[in-house]
Amino acid sequence: MREISYSDALREALQEEMSRDSEVLLIGEDIGTYGGAFGVTRGLLDRFGPDRVVETPISEGGFVGMAVGASLLGARPVVEIMFMDFMTLVVDPLVNQAAKLHYVYGEQAACPLVVRTPSGGGRSYGPTHSQVFEAWFAHTPGLKVVAPSTPADAKGLMKAAIRDNNPVLFVEHKMLYPTRGPVPGRGSRPIPIGKARIARRGTDVTIIAWSWLALEAEAAADALAVDGIDAEVIDMRTLSPLDMETVIESVQRTGRLVIADEAPRSGGVSADIGVRVFEQVFDYLDGPIRRVTTPDVPVPASPVLEQAALPNRERIAAAAAELCGAY
Amino acid sequence: MATPDTNLSTDQQLELYRSMLLIREFEQAVLASHEKRLVQGPAHTYIGMEASAVGICSALLDDDYLTSTHRGHGHCIARGLDVKRMLAEIFGRATGYCKGKGGSMHIADVSRGMLGADGIVGGGIPIATGAALGCRVRQSSQVVACFFGEGATNQGSFHEAINLAAIRKLPVVFVCENNHWALSAGFEVTTAVANVADRAAAYSIPGHIVDGNDVLAVHTTAVEAVQRARAGDGPSLIENKTYRWEPHSVFNTKDPRPPDEVAEWKARDPIARFRKVLEEQDALSADQDAAIQKAVAALIEEAVEFATNSPEPEPAEAMADIYA
Repeated sequence: MREISYSDALREALQEEMSRDSEVLLIGEDIGTYGGAFGVTRGLLDRFGPDRVVETPISEGGFVGMAVGASLLGARPVVEIMFMDFMTLVVDPLVNQAAKLHYVYGEQAACPLVVRTPSGGGRSYGPTHSQVFEAWFAHTPGLKVVAPSTPADAKGLMKAAIRDNNPVLFVEHKMLYPTRGPVPGRGSRPIPIGKARIARRGTDVTIIAWSWLALEAEAAADALAVDGIDAEVIDMRTLSPLDMETVIESVQRTGRLVIADEAPRSGGVSADIGVRVFEQVFDYLDGPIRRVTTPDVPVPASPVLEQAALPNRERIAAAAAELCGAY
Repeated sequence: MATPDTNLSTDQQLELYRSMLLIREFEQAVLASHEKRLVQGPAHTYIGMEASAVGICSALLDDDYLTSTHRGHGHCIARGLDVKRMLAEIFGRATGYCKGKGGSMHIADVSRGMLGADGIVGGGIPIATGAALGCRVRQSSQVVACFFGEGATNQGSFHEAINLAAIRKLPVVFVCENNHWALSAGFEVTTAVANVADRAAAYSIPGHIVDGNDVLAVHTTAVEAVQRARAGDGPSLIENKTYRWEPHSVFNTKDPRPPDEVAEWKARDPIARFRKVLEEQDALSADQDAAIQKAVAALIEEAVEFATNSPEPEPAEAMADIYA
């Protein structure tokens, strides 16, 4: 299969869905001629015109609210928020409006909305352009949160998100945009939201990760294999709803669990997954659950400081090795 | 473009009158039901502001849309929603518009273009703008009326949404119901302009200051703004100057407003004023008036009975409809 980048895979998904369904439209800052801050929507204005690629002023709360209103009338807006950090500005339209519409209004209303946003550190963007806010939105009933790590998953999950009748937060880690991988071509199928992927089979320890850290976890597993530790890597792909079935089944086989999460340690998705494992299969665990996260600090700008704060393959491998008694 | 036809037939005018009366009687029933503990949560009544909702909604077509606010009962009734299901929703009953999940601040009837009231001040303004974008996407000639209070005009959502609507000339009519008070904060202490409509200049759209207690004046202005929106010429901002007679909500027993001011506005009762206009035109006899009042009272009585006798929701309903 041909290999393309994560950005190209997203663009293909947008383009194929826009061709398939005239209700799909793009909304966001600099998404037109410029093609979006990370180039994902490049060329789509020329192809679909300004009524379908809606260039907006810098007013995130306003245009996400506008997208919610358009979705009420059956449109399927895909909104780009330039950095996940700016999601602070759209909490009301997403949490108080979009997430409640179907619950309160029942069959009268649905909100088929996608909000795409680049997350995460690693490029020295500093404290207000590097954050991971997945947990805030996974904490909100009525929203779905996906965070694919591979180009193929990016394409398949974007298609699923656009076709979903619920508001979906689509997290694109900015380190992933240039990464390449095999991606099916035109007419490829959506990948179901809410289903994790076993990225690597193993027997000694389960490593759970998603988004950029799923790639780091696979690299960690390669390093662990050299030391004779056979790690299983689960890429969660969706953070709400969580696919605990896949996690539980894996932990029952390996008896050991490491969770890697780029978000700060407290109140995060890593804690949620961990406690669910405790609730469900405590007696299968051969040792404590280990978490590899950013400590409870903002993400600093200096590359040296940033690397001191962020989780990476070495820290994931060290946690798994320690759990397996290798150190 | 031709001057909009704002002439209403006698029957149409009587319907405006009936609709205003129905709103007032409905709200009186809400207050009485609160006293009887049939309404558990907050409810924000629209008494005194009836001309605003009725004047605006009478300028809309059946397939147009509107968005509402926490003080939204009047908008729903002016749009023709069923007062039985509205009251049942306010009582939290299974037969309500939202099966009891919304309460007073979240009544919607999408089949009638009523896209929902909103518990967040200013929350509905971007949504109305988006509905107008939806009309544009489907290339229809529908129009969206967006209601909000003067308090919402100090929210960022007001500025962001009107700017968005103006740059794309979206078919939306922004209707500020300036009742001069937030819960306890007067308009002058919260707002840097004398008139909300003055803010229209910031978006290069028409701003209209209207006597919001004069239903015909509201209607005439609404017709013009709706026609402009429908023609593709973009949004307008209408400021209906009005007043609520009751404290902020049924939970607010103390009214911080000067009693003289409240009395002054009660003397400008929009219903009594319009009754006088109709009588002066010989459009409303004493017998007709009595018949209308009786019919309205019967509808309200029926609604109270329906809501009171409606079943509570099944507890399992709390877990339903989280995802579409």
